[in-house]
Amino acid sequence: MGEFEVHRVRFFSYVPAGVRCLAYHRRTDRLALARTDGAVEVYNFAANYFQEKAIPGHEARTVEALCWAAGDRLFGAGLGGDISEYDLERLRVKRSVDGFGGPIWSMAANAGGTRLAIGCEDGSVKLFHVVPDGVQFERNLDRQQGRVLCLSWHPSETHIAAGSVDLLRVLDVGSGRTVQRIMVNYHVQKSKKRECVVWSVAFLSSGTVVSSDSFGRLQFWDWERGTLLESHTVSTSAVLSLAVSEKEDSIVVGTSAGATYQFQLLPVKMGSQDKHWVRTKPFQHHTHDVRAVAHSPTALISGGLDAQLVIRPLMEKMQKKGYEAVLRKFTFPHRRLVSSARKARLLLFQFSQHLELWKLGSTDESGKDGEVLPVCRAPEHLVQLKSKGPEHIYCSCVSPCGSWIAYSTASRFHLYRAQYEGDGVSIKKVANVPKLLLPAYQLQCSADSGSLFVASDQGSVHVLQLLEPGGCKHLHTLRPPSGTLEAVYLLASSADGNWLAAASGDWEIHIYSLKRFKHHCTVPMYSCAVTALAIHPVTNNLVIAYSDQQLFEFSIPEKQYTAWSRTVQNSGLHRAWLERDSPITHIAFNPKNPSHILLHDVYMFCVLDKSLPLPDDSASLMNQSALKQLPETARKRQLHAFKICKKFQPLLFADLLDENCLVMVERPIMDIKTQLPPPIQQKKFGT
Amino acid sequence: MAALCEGFTLCGLGPSGGVGLGAGVLALEPGPDSDHVLLTDRGRTATLFKVSDQKPLGCWSVKHGQIITCPVVCNFETHEYIAVHDDKVLRIWKDEDVNLDKVFKATLSADVYRIHSLPHGEPLVLFRGGGVRTLDVLLEAPQQEIENFISDEVIKWSEAFLEGQEPILIFATEKDGDYFIYVQKFKLNILHKYKLEQQELSNPLSFTAYIKNQIITLLCLYSNGSVYKVLIPLQRHSEEEEQILSKSLLLKLLVSGSVLKGTSFAVLDKDHVAVLGSLTAFGEESKECLTIWNTKFQTLQTSKELPLGTSGQLWCYGEKFFFTHGKVLTVIIYKCETSSLAAAVGKLKDSQTSDVSSFINWNALSDEELVDSLQSQQSVALKSESKMTLRSRRNSVAKVQPDTLTVGQLLLDIKDSSSAAIEDELKQLLSKPQMPDFQATIGCVITALINRCKTDPVFYPRNFLVQLIQKRELSYSLCPDLMAVALEKKDVHLLQICLQWFPDIPEEITYACLKVFLSISDDYLERTDVNLESVICYIDIESNNKEVKTEIVENGFNAELEEDSCDIIFTKETHVKNDGEFCPVGPQKAALLNAVLHSAYSETFLLPHLKDLPAQQAVLFLRYLHYLYVKSSEKITTALPGVLSPTINQIMDWMCLLLDAHFTVMVMLPEAKGLLSSLHKFVRAQVRFYSELNKIEGSLQELQRLKRQKDSQTYSIEVLELI
Repeated sequence: MGEFEVHRVRFFSYVPAGVRCLAYHRRTDRLALARTDGAVEVYNFAANYFQEKAIPGHEARTVEALCWAAGDRLFGAGLGGDISEYDLERLRVKRSVDGFGGPIWSMAANAGGTRLAIGCEDGSVKLFHVVPDGVQFERNLDRQQGRVLCLSWHPSETHIAAGSVDLLRVLDVGSGRTVQRIMVNYHVQKSKKRECVVWSVAFLSSGTVVSSDSFGRLQFWDWERGTLLESHTVSTSAVLSLAVSEKEDSIVVGTSAGATYQFQLLPVKMGSQDKHWVRTKPFQHHTHDVRAVAHSPTALISGGLDAQLVIRPLMEKMQKKGYEAVLRKFTFPHRRLVSSARKARLLLFQFSQHLELWKLGSTDESGKDGEVLPVCRAPEHLVQLKSKGPEHIYCSCVSPCGSWIAYSTASRFHLYRAQYEGDGVSIKKVANVPKLLLPAYQLQCSADSGSLFVASDQGSVHVLQLLEPGGCKHLHTLRPPSGTLEAVYLLASSADGNWLAAASGDWEIHIYSLKRFKHHCTVPMYSCAVTALAIHPVTNNLVIAYSDQQLFEFSIPEKQYTAWSRTVQNSGLHRAWLERDSPITHIAFNPKNPSHILLHDVYMFCVLDKSLPLPDDSASLMNQSALKQLPETARKRQLHAFKICKKFQPLLFADLLDENCLVMVERPIMDIKTQLPPPIQQKKFGT
Repeated sequence: MAALCEGFTLCGLGPSGGVGLGAGVLALEPGPDSDHVLLTDRGRTATLFKVSDQKPLGCWSVKHGQIITCPVVCNFETHEYIAVHDDKVLRIWKDEDVNLDKVFKATLSADVYRIHSLPHGEPLVLFRGGGVRTLDVLLEAPQQEIENFISDEVIKWSEAFLEGQEPILIFATEKDGDYFIYVQKFKLNILHKYKLEQQELSNPLSFTAYIKNQIITLLCLYSNGSVYKVLIPLQRHSEEEEQILSKSLLLKLLVSGSVLKGTSFAVLDKDHVAVLGSLTAFGEESKECLTIWNTKFQTLQTSKELPLGTSGQLWCYGEKFFFTHGKVLTVIIYKCETSSLAAAVGKLKDSQTSDVSSFINWNALSDEELVDSLQSQQSVALKSESKMTLRSRRNSVAKVQPDTLTVGQLLLDIKDSSSAAIEDELKQLLSKPQMPDFQATIGCVITALINRCKTDPVFYPRNFLVQLIQKRELSYSLCPDLMAVALEKKDVHLLQICLQWFPDIPEEITYACLKVFLSISDDYLERTDVNLESVICYIDIESNNKEVKTEIVENGFNAELEEDSCDIIFTKETHVKNDGEFCPVGPQKAALLNAVLHSAYSETFLLPHLKDLPAQQAVLFLRYLHYLYVKSSEKITTALPGVLSPTINQIMDWMCLLLDAHFTVMVMLPEAKGLLSSLHKFVRAQVRFYSELNKIEGSLQELQRLKRQKDSQTYSIEVLELI
């Protein structure tokens, strides 16, 4: 089909933040996750584990605990001392209430989701009512010495277990009194006595309190008598987190050595009523502290400081072996952090609080497949733009010509004009940008670099006109006719400047005519989240990738799916394609070859050739290496539409710069690991 | 469920174009490739088609005035085409030949009815008079005289099979409303003639047949819309002149009350037949249709109407139907899945449901009960059967059928009849169609036989037993005494196949077999019939003579090792004899021991028995295992060639077991010393070799890591080719 000159970029020094806490919501099958930089993400398990919401972090707003309460409202609390409610439609903090107890270390919602208990630095446990417009302080429970690190409600909502240093307390919610105090380091010899931190507690309906502590123990207590029922030494390092299944027959714990363990309540003998907690399954998916675990009905979920989210389905809960029972590991966000200026050969990298602009190198030689060409001009780091203030960057973009750079934080929108003189570059901030409703969730420049599209909330898109030598004007705001509360998170504009497609959080895709600033049509609703969008420069077909790995092609002029798209749906995509576990995050086209669609996810890059037949399940999807061994004449019969290359991994961005020049931005896991603090030293046999 | 896919046209048959010039199709035969068919029309032309491409690959025709009288077939061995025109003139040509006038020609002395080409055999030529010749015999002397068996009978249909290596030809003839079936066994040059039981007011229209387990199953489509099944055993026991073949109703072609008048049909698999015919509903015009029927459930599975009419001919090759529809030759692909009641009600789970029934313990029932229960079952079965075929049997009720022998009768016979008589009855039993409780029947028959064997030392129906075991319907628990009797009689062949086919032999019996095999002398075994399949590939029987001694050590490991090893004590012995070099047992014994190695066992249960093995036999067995071990290590795959040869894991497991069981004995026994030391050396050499491999693996891994490091630069421009 063709040879490409691939610019293999590994200088995007992005380090994802570690996972701090997790909250699984059973009813909607969603997982909320908070990172150490304060970012909050929501994964939709039903939509193939897609990261459907991401709220960027904030320097001053660490999140120590997340809770789903009052249906599907998400609350977070952190060392800032505030309880915040997140707006999952507009992707920002809706409102915050001061806890008045100093830094908040822990928060727990009762079974009904009507009340929140927080554990504070000053040793108090405070109750808040969840009311329609936020939370309302209800009362203080008994205050004690020492910060309250963990909390758990009894399912009957009458008692709360609270863990702090060396101590475990049970509080009566009605009277507010401490009804039981348990010293957790009671059994330890005096001489060896160190501080024992209770990192996590769970209150079971049987009246058993489960605690995990810094001595590496998982202990079961009878709260009424204050006696130890069972004690399991899990690890030599601390057990940082624990979660109990809804049926209370399984517990997952995470340790600071990166291991997770499952405990199960099993009968001592077959058929016997006498049950014990038994450590059943060890897993070592993380290299660093597992700060958060969650237990869904079918899977163990763990998040570590190594930034990985691991979902380990339990085989015994699965109906059958197969794709559903496969381990999932997520390290990178499901959206793109890189944008490229094709004509100018620039890459813009988005970090949490700054942007980097790089110019790609070049070569003047060519070669055969697999060869590394000598670089005659090295890549150049042109500019670093630091965002001021504590807010993290939501989105950014560079125009195709490279002369406009825009980014947005929660409350501010910045536009820069870059001028290239020889080897130098000068950046000038565009003053008087229009006052828009912020934040912007996605920014996109038109192909001619003449306008900028700003994705905003309530399904709206602002169209800004970029003016030389450095100005901009608000032209129009496009709104969906039906109206929605969800923000737009993906944009695609056509090369001829006629069309704009926008996907919002309710998975609807609206297409607007830019000539008339009018709503053109809506793409038929599909029951899964949109992960990438692009409009073909020649045919004006909109190519859509969904999180269940389906691909659709929608003809904008004809307002219907194309014939090819229908064929794909009729014959179905290859099973190996559907069973990939990372979403397509970017789609590009080759203007010289209109039948080609370029797609990529974290683990592969694919050129989809629509002119070739689709592979059926009996054929191998990844057939490139097999094809390379065949003689030219024999290849023809083996060809199919998917040309997949897995050489570049993990792939954060891939784009076509010109006809036969690709750029691939990789971020090797090893490079991230070296940026992390050293993990706990473990003696390994033979070292 | 069976299903018919959308059809497509292979070629037109009209006078305007295509083939046949309107005269119709004589026959369709499979071509040289699985996707090819050869179409012969009723005129001068034969055409080869590639079905999937719907295009002709070649076309040959004879001169004007000549006419092809016998369908063109392909000789699969030589890729030649064979045709007969004007009844007597044989032509043979290849793909590249264009003009049939210029190809090989032979004029025969008699009229040819048909030529049958078999996948792995010489084509058979059937003459109108019933004579059969293979093609090469015929070509040696084309003018040879061909005998006429059937005077004025007319051949209606013929078919050829391969049973084992033997070609078998079956054909049906008709004379004055009587139908005769001839079976020609070619190797033995035996021709059997049978008369087909008559059917009132109806005559056969079409035949088809298949062969399974030495029985020809002939299916006949009658003009009254029924399909009958006739079983013809290949071994004919009575030497009557003309045996009458009784038939049983297989299927009644009834579609919602009206009869499907079939014209042609084909067997798809063991439960499905396809019928092409016309259906006349009451008061309506008849319409032709293609149908697939399930014979097990007697149901119509699918049908397709053919409004343009057909010629009544249907061919079926490789999951495709071929028939003329209007003026075109149509191809329809069908799918036929094994049907079960579960599938019919939509409860099919994808699990193996076979093999379940082979573990019934019939010991639980006493003999009398068995006879009773079986007789009652039999009578029920008979009743139901007779209800179904009442009309067909009515005329023959008066005659006592010789083969309605009940199992109960047989069981009584086994107790006291002569062995020849019993064997005859048993053969009949085996040649009968599948009974509903075949397994149960076989179970009690075999129990009765074994009981007779126990009481009567002369009685031993060995061949029958071997045949039964090879049917794979038996298990140890079904007839626990069988192996005991075989052990007593030292019938090693029977034991070998028992070990091969029974899944549930207790360790005690496995051990007993092992002991018997080791104790029997090689000279005795040479005279017995043992299946040598598992050893033939690696024991060189000729050079296994112990007198021949070679100096060269063949095995790569040993040669190096001898120089390498530092223990001088044993070098003398290794010079004298290398244990890994010769097979210490004869091929027959080796094959028997392999059967033991192959059988399933549990270590815990086997070990106590193995301890009882006499020391000499243990050493011999260990020697043989050592030999196998050395042999299998010669190849990099560490596998022995051939079918059913023991795997390296089986060899190692048995070796460990044997050493565990006889550790002290081996230490004490002087003759084991050499063997053990050579075994030790060989194992040590292997361990060293594998540790070397480990080192190589380590260095290769390091290389891999280096390569990865090279990757780790932050920017490169590479070339990527996507095909």
